[in-house]
Amino acid sequence: MSLRIVVTVKYVPDATGDRHFADDLTVDRDDVDGLLSELDEYAVEQALQIAEDADDAEVTVLTVGPEDAKDALRKALSMGADKAIHVEDDDLHGTDAIGTSLVLAKAIEKAGYDLVISGMASTDGTMGVVPALLAERLGVPQVTLLSEVSVEDGTVTGRRDGDTASEQLQASLPAVVSVTDQSGEARYPSFKGIMAAKKKPVESWDLSDLDIDADEVGLENAYTTVDAATERPARTAGTIVKDEGEGGKQLAEFLASQKFI
Amino acid sequence: MAEVLVYVDHVDGAVRKPTLELLTLARRIGEPVAVALGNGAADTVAALAEHGAVKVLTHEAAEYADYLVVPKVDALQAAVEAVSPAAVLVPSSAEGKEIAARLALRIGSGIITDAVDLEAGDEGPVATQSVFAASYSTKSRVTKGTPVIMVKPNSAAVEAAPAAGAVEALSVTFSDKATGTKITSRTARESTGRPELTEAAIVVSGGRGVGGADNFALIEALADSLGAAVGASRAAVDAGWYPHTNQVGQTGKSVSPQLYIASGISGAIQHRAGMQTSKTIVAVNKDAEAPIFELVDYGVVGDLFDVVPQLTEEIKARKG
Ligand SMILES: Cc1cc2nc3c(=O)[nH]c(=O)nc-3n(C[C@H](O)[C@H](O)[C@H](O)COP(=O)(O)OP(=O)(O)OC[C@H]3O[C@@H](n4cnc5c(N)ncnc54)[C@H](O)[C@@H]3O)c2cc1C
Ligand SMILES: Cc1cc2nc3c(=O)[nH]c(=O)nc-3n(C[C@H](O)[C@H](O)[C@H](O)COP(=O)(O)OP(=O)(O)OC[C@H]3O[C@@H](n4cnc5c(N)ncnc54)[C@H](O)[C@@H]3O)c2cc1C
Repeated sequence: MSLRIVVTVKYVPDATGDRHFADDLTVDRDDVDGLLSELDEYAVEQALQIAEDADDAEVTVLTVGPEDAKDALRKALSMGADKAIHVEDDDLHGTDAIGTSLVLAKAIEKAGYDLVISGMASTDGTMGVVPALLAERLGVPQVTLLSEVSVEDGTVTGRRDGDTASEQLQASLPAVVSVTDQSGEARYPSFKGIMAAKKKPVESWDLSDLDIDADEVGLENAYTTVDAATERPARTAGTIVKDEGEGGKQLAEFLASQKFI
Repeated sequence: MAEVLVYVDHVDGAVRKPTLELLTLARRIGEPVAVALGNGAADTVAALAEHGAVKVLTHEAAEYADYLVVPKVDALQAAVEAVSPAAVLVPSSAEGKEIAARLALRIGSGIITDAVDLEAGDEGPVATQSVFAASYSTKSRVTKGTPVIMVKPNSAAVEAAPAAGAVEALSVTFSDKATGTKITSRTARESTGRPELTEAAIVVSGGRGVGGADNFALIEALADSLGAAVGASRAAVDAGWYPHTNQVGQTGKSVSPQLYIASGISGAIQHRAGMQTSKTIVAVNKDAEAPIFELVDYGVVGDLFDVVPQLTEEIKARKG
């Protein structure tokens, strides 16, 4: 029996760029290059490994985002995913986490799935909630924040390393999994992979394809609103000394002056 | 006054500090009603009452420890239905976020994660978030449903504010999805005796410049001289020198202590994301051009193998 894996991947502004907000207080996507959220590369990697270990599996990558978000899909396809789905609609601009999870869940259902794999968090919103929201919406188990994952005989198992304990988890498919950056280095696309990706199918869906009304998503209909965004004032230049044998003592003096000692 | 639900994070009855901070914030927007679940729930009452909980809803069942997240969502939903609160506050931990998000979906509410401050506003609670690796600060609100807000550790001072702490047993019926994800085994993390990273007033971190697992003893000695927690950069964690649970940064813990000391850490954006809101930042790095120096209140350009031990000795000498 074939295993249908859907990997959710997000297109985000490069964290090393100068990210800021647009006038409507959504993320300004024009000023900074976008890319596949690095943490989703780990999700793609685990999907590919699970697919390689299965008799017959198919890996679909799914993104909800603007036109450019195709770049994120191409990257995932060049890593080795089989096909891609791009959900794009002008009415999606400014959608929050609750709305995004609705769109993703509808698209996952339409695509058909046995396993959904997500990253632990995006590198822009960094909420870390979408996988749990998907599990709730899809009505399937969540097996999240895994640093180790495997799938066998319709069962997913994994290790979740928490603050106070490390737990071993188990659930039956279908399920939603999310993996951390401890799950294993993501592969680099090979030249062959990049060439092959150009021929792989990318489907485009809009809200009507998913039976979602425009008034369920977008900035106007979000469940949250941002009233203000202010740039953090640059830190005032600190004191910097060169160690010429007394650096540790000078630092102690500073700490004492600040009452830390 | 409106009631505000506070989800209690505790380990076998010992309430963790971020929950006590939530009680302080909850009092700004209403009367705190705490929800304590699982083994030891009843033992949390004294601490919660001392910090302002007018009521504590408790429920113990094996499901909370045996299955992932959903039983706690079921219970919190029962609490929302019992109380009709003006807001629900949950610690912004990995598990807290998942519980809160699923609850919000069930009750038709919006969510805000990683709030660093909370105030009452004309149209409901206003949360401050620190975003884009702490380069921006935003004010946001939940506009639909009962605001569900997750708050980061160290976002408020813990204040004693004795309240009734009336205990009520919460009645919970688990949903058929509650047993979907089984926790088949659990290995508790061994305590180092040092403060919890996200809760510590001082954090001392080491990076690739520390050069090896054994050398982390230098970082630990400095931490111990200050009663601090130990952190590490991802480079040090990936090299296997220090446990991932101690990683500071975007994919590790975010910390906001009074004092952060970084040694042998360059200050990459993903590391900054986790420590930039520290009140005072100090760095030791042999490269004068390292980006970490853009953030510091005090920096020493030098070899950490010279500077750190000398600093530790000097602190010990001063403390007597
Ligand atoms: C700085 C900032 C702060 C924000 N704060 C809030 C807030 O407080 N409340 C709120 O409701 N919304 C907020 N948003 C909006 C929110 O980021 C997006 O709606 C969103 O896509 C979901 O949250 P996340 O990106 O943080 O996802 P996370 O939950 O961090 O993402 C986890 C995983 O979900 C998947 N995923 C997430 N989004 C997509 C997507 N569009 N396409 C495919 N896969 C996806 C990926 O696998 C990802 O690794 C914020 C956005 C920004 C940029
Ligand atoms: C998606 C993603 C998520 C990430 N998440 C995190 C995260 O959560 N946390 C994190 O830390 N990183 C994270 N990173 C990695 C981050 O980009 C950097 O690679 C990492 O922070 C570098 O660690 P470092 O500063 O210890 O090492 P380096 O950048 O190699 O810096 C080592 C520093 O030590 C100095 N040094 C060397 N020897 C000495 C000496 N003897 N004395 C004094 N100084 C010395 C050097 O001058 C240098 O500045 C993430 C990356 C990605 C892509």
